[in-house]
Amino acid sequence: MAVCPVDCFYRTDDGVVLHDKDLCIGCGYCFYACPFGAPQFPQAGAFGVRGKMDKCTFCAGGPEPNNSEAEFKKYGRNRLAEGKLPACAEMCSTKALLAGDSDVISEIYRQRVVKRGKGSEVWGWGTAYGQPGQKPAAPAGAKS
Amino acid sequence: MKASKILLAGVALALATGLSACGEREQVIVYKQGKYQGKPDSKPWESDPSASLYTSSKWTAGDKTSWEAAIRARNLSQNEYNRVP
Repeated sequence: MAVCPVDCFYRTDDGVVLHDKDLCIGCGYCFYACPFGAPQFPQAGAFGVRGKMDKCTFCAGGPEPNNSEAEFKKYGRNRLAEGKLPACAEMCSTKALLAGDSDVISEIYRQRVVKRGKGSEVWGWGTAYGQPGQKPAAPAGAKS
Repeated sequence: MKASKILLAGVALALATGLSACGEREQVIVYKQGKYQGKPDSKPWESDPSASLYTSSKWTAGDKTSWEAAIRARNLSQNEYNRVP
């Protein structure tokens, strides 16, 4: 966010980083600076084409009025303002993708491992999803 | 006398102009929470649930707590063990 020469990024109260496409000049600095690879640019041709940055918005839209035509055209649907979670997570049929607050997500993962009896052998699982005073689920062995 | 004064003033002016370029300006934008150059964004809980055709959750427009409760319920519904026993 700090590399942006036009300062077009902002962070919502929910922690979602969004940007204003009306301000973006497509310089590409954020593309190099972002450790997550979030900023996307038009990739057509060997050298790409000049264009404004686009990124995953966590289906939270942008600075246009909520659920307006302008917001939909520039940033896609604002599902958070409709009381929904991002489309990728809600459409995922196997629920490999989850979205939401980290405490809820980690609790879902923890419950999966505890119920299935495997998965806790993954390195770092206890740190990420284990709860204090609770033994990690024993690996089931034969079944995979 | 007068010429030397003008010369002195000229030198002083040239020095001031020349040295002003040596001053260092802050190059990094100091990001302030909630403040940036673009348009201010409206909060997701400010929108009326009945305004959008596709809203399925229920909350009171402008009430952050009720919106958070609706989102949390949505979050929890992702847990397959809640849906399928």
